[in-house]
Amino acid sequence: MATAIEIFKHLPKKNCGKCNFPTCLAFAMQLANQKVKLSDCPFVSEEAKAKLEASSAPPIRLVTVGDGPRKVELGDETELYRHEKKFFHPTRYAIVISDEAGEEEAEAKLRRVHELSFERVGQTLALDMVAVRDDSGDDARFVAMISRAAKAGLPMVLMSERPEALRKAVKEAGLKRPLLYAATEANIDAMAAVAKELKCPLAVRSGDLNALADLAERAVKAGVEDLVLDLAPPRAKDLVERNTIVRKNAVKKTFRGLGYPIILNACGDERAVLKAMLSTMKYGGIVLLDDLDPAHALPLFVLRQNIYTDPQVPIQVKAGLYPVNDPGPDAPLLFTTNFSLTYFTVMADIDKAKVPAWLLVVDTEGLSVLTAFSAGKLSAESVVEAIEETSAREKSSKGVLVIPGMLSRMSGKLQELSGLKVVVGPRESSGIPKLLKSGQA
Amino acid sequence: MVEVPVPKEKWSGKIGTVAVGSTPAEGGSRSSQLMLGGESGMPFLSYEGLGHRQRLAGEVLDSIDGVPELSVAPFADVAGDPAAWAKRWKELGADMICLKLRSLDPEGRNASVDEAVATVTNVLRAVGLPLIVYGGGNQEKDAHAMEAVSNACAGERVLLAQAEENAYKSISAAATANGHGLIAYSNLDVNLAKQMNILLADFGTKLDNVVMDPLMAALGMGLEYSYSVNERIRLAALMGDRMLRTPMCCDLTSAWETREATEENEAWGDPTERGAWWEATTGLAALMSGADLLIVRHPRSLEILMDAITELRGE
Ligand code: B12
Ligand code: SF4
Repeated sequence: MATAIEIFKHLPKKNCGKCNFPTCLAFAMQLANQKVKLSDCPFVSEEAKAKLEASSAPPIRLVTVGDGPRKVELGDETELYRHEKKFFHPTRYAIVISDEAGEEEAEAKLRRVHELSFERVGQTLALDMVAVRDDSGDDARFVAMISRAAKAGLPMVLMSERPEALRKAVKEAGLKRPLLYAATEANIDAMAAVAKELKCPLAVRSGDLNALADLAERAVKAGVEDLVLDLAPPRAKDLVERNTIVRKNAVKKTFRGLGYPIILNACGDERAVLKAMLSTMKYGGIVLLDDLDPAHALPLFVLRQNIYTDPQVPIQVKAGLYPVNDPGPDAPLLFTTNFSLTYFTVMADIDKAKVPAWLLVVDTEGLSVLTAFSAGKLSAESVVEAIEETSAREKSSKGVLVIPGMLSRMSGKLQELSGLKVVVGPRESSGIPKLLKSGQA
Repeated sequence: MVEVPVPKEKWSGKIGTVAVGSTPAEGGSRSSQLMLGGESGMPFLSYEGLGHRQRLAGEVLDSIDGVPELSVAPFADVAGDPAAWAKRWKELGADMICLKLRSLDPEGRNASVDEAVATVTNVLRAVGLPLIVYGGGNQEKDAHAMEAVSNACAGERVLLAQAEENAYKSISAAATANGHGLIAYSNLDVNLAKQMNILLADFGTKLDNVVMDPLMAALGMGLEYSYSVNERIRLAALMGDRMLRTPMCCDLTSAWETREATEENEAWGDPTERGAWWEATTGLAALMSGADLLIVRHPRSLEILMDAITELRGE
């Protein structure tokens, strides 16, 4: 959003009060805070309106690919570093299927697409998109493979440099907002025309940033605004540098012509995983991959989850008393913190033991066991308070409380304050099944 | 045609340079001396100034008790022999050796300081790579041990680890006495990292001898905190904070303790490949947020990271 002073420059400066503010400047201040609408002033010129709209547009355009629940949103970022606020729209990964792929290969890739989905700290980490590449030059084959891949229900990237093939494919397969990849110097006008007609986002590709800006400008002039940029970096160095130049120019407003999300085509690249990782940290929007081994997918997805968390808010769960494996009054009572990572790890381990138990989740403002303890957000007192609040003593009447092994130094005080027999559990929650099965708790 | 500007930042600060290892010319016996740091911009932006090449130190343990087996499996045949382990790293292409004297820990094998010193000299004799030496984690005993290690390595310019907020005087004195470098550890916080360097400077340690370790949390274990802390340290240094301009070291080996890194699970792919990428991904995040020196455990992650550094620098 533009500042009040920038907005003021474009106002009529009549100070007539028709906008319900005494002066144009007062009105501009309200506008900058997004409290009022520009149309409240009856005298703004069309030209001023256009300028203000342009300057209040997000530095990086929000581009949506696909529709329905799994549509992906890219761009609309405002920061260079995540600690400044946060990164909003995570990098998306797509697996590419050639339209020349045989039955077996196509089947294997679609299975892969389906299987790459993991649960972690209460979130689903999954592959986001499917791409089909026109290698055959045969429209019918291209369309057939697209129709087949579309059954995965994910947003699609259609890879072809033949605008006519893309038009046919989108129409015949009945797709909503697939990304058309890619327009180049050679086909920009025809590609832009097809993207406009089909209302699809369009990727533009050039290894030269100046030429890319030209392509983007031509696409916009032709009426296509939802663009995605392929900077075609030959090496990791170019990837990081070009992505940074594009992002920084956009958010610092030093150059606005490349304010779009970025796509990387890592097909046929022996460093595809490395580049997917770098794209995830450094401003990438979509990464196209030939395949993704689960041994690489898991660290990649977790990296994305880490980088895109909100730096101000640790991922946390609600404090309270949780029943695990259908416990009765003779089931043991354990406690942990409400940091998601801690909670889900411990929960999974108790679950694995298949022993009924009560898990007391103490509010530590989303901090792990030792972090909370060192920060004074977890003490014998706060644990006892949680016991009282949840009537845990009545739910589990054994008179025993199992505590994390790392808090052994808390055991004396806790025993005294709670009147419960404190059992110091293992340091790693992976030891919980053994403890529970032993009956010591 | 439009001209896209390169938004090159005009930083007022620059990262300092720390030398590790002394060759015969400098009075030691290392086959090379390595320079760490020297960047005049954010990581891997050649138009701002790359500085010296980021380096990889291969971890050597004098005891593998309690270490996840899979992570040290490639070194199973040299597990009792730190010198042979170090030689293996040299063959694999590591830039440095990071020797951790875990057996000093009184709660573990409780090896004597003399034994530990013998291990260090054996490693020095076995390879010509520059060396980092860690104690066993017990502050009192480590203070004593590091003094002995410092004397045994006189002239070699090793990096002694680690100085901490409440235990830095003796190790710092030990390093200064024989012209060694020092790793200054702090706990995931910009201000604590700065505080540690101030304490060292006030104590008379030259910051040209200090590499900071701001605690690299592993992938899935708080990596995002480290990523941002590192970036903020680097930004502050480039903006001119002289107390944060020391090169940065990140120890990646804790990545192997993350459960998802190595747990057997058919749907998660090969555990060794996954574990290596877990460590390498932690390393990539460290590099992209400002690390100059990485400590790695597995040959496969060394390979990935070595290639990544070359690629990122465009060498
Ligand atoms: C990420 C991190 C942070 C993040 C916070 C992350 C969060 N949301 O909690 C940040 C950067 C904010 C942070 C800050 C601090 N941190 Co911190 N942090 C870490 C780090 C790297 C990882 C913690 C983590 O996520 N662990 C993973 C979770 C799953 O572990 P967990 O909660 O302990 O759970 C395990 C076990 O306890 C057990 N378990 C859990 N519940 C239960 C229940 C039962 C019944 C049983 C049997 C077992 C069990 O099972 C779990 C899995 O094995 C650790 C170092 C490390 N590598 O462990 C330091 C660490 C915890 N931090 C530490 C400190 C001192 C701090 C600070 C006080 C210092 C500072 N920098 O200012 C601050 C305080 C925070 C504040 N003022 O707000 C110290 C604690 C020292 C100590 N021994 O007490 C540590 C150990 C680092 C160190 N080596 O010095 N930290
Ligand atoms: S209505 Fe328009 S011209 Fe009148 S005071 Fe408000 S902003 Fe100014």
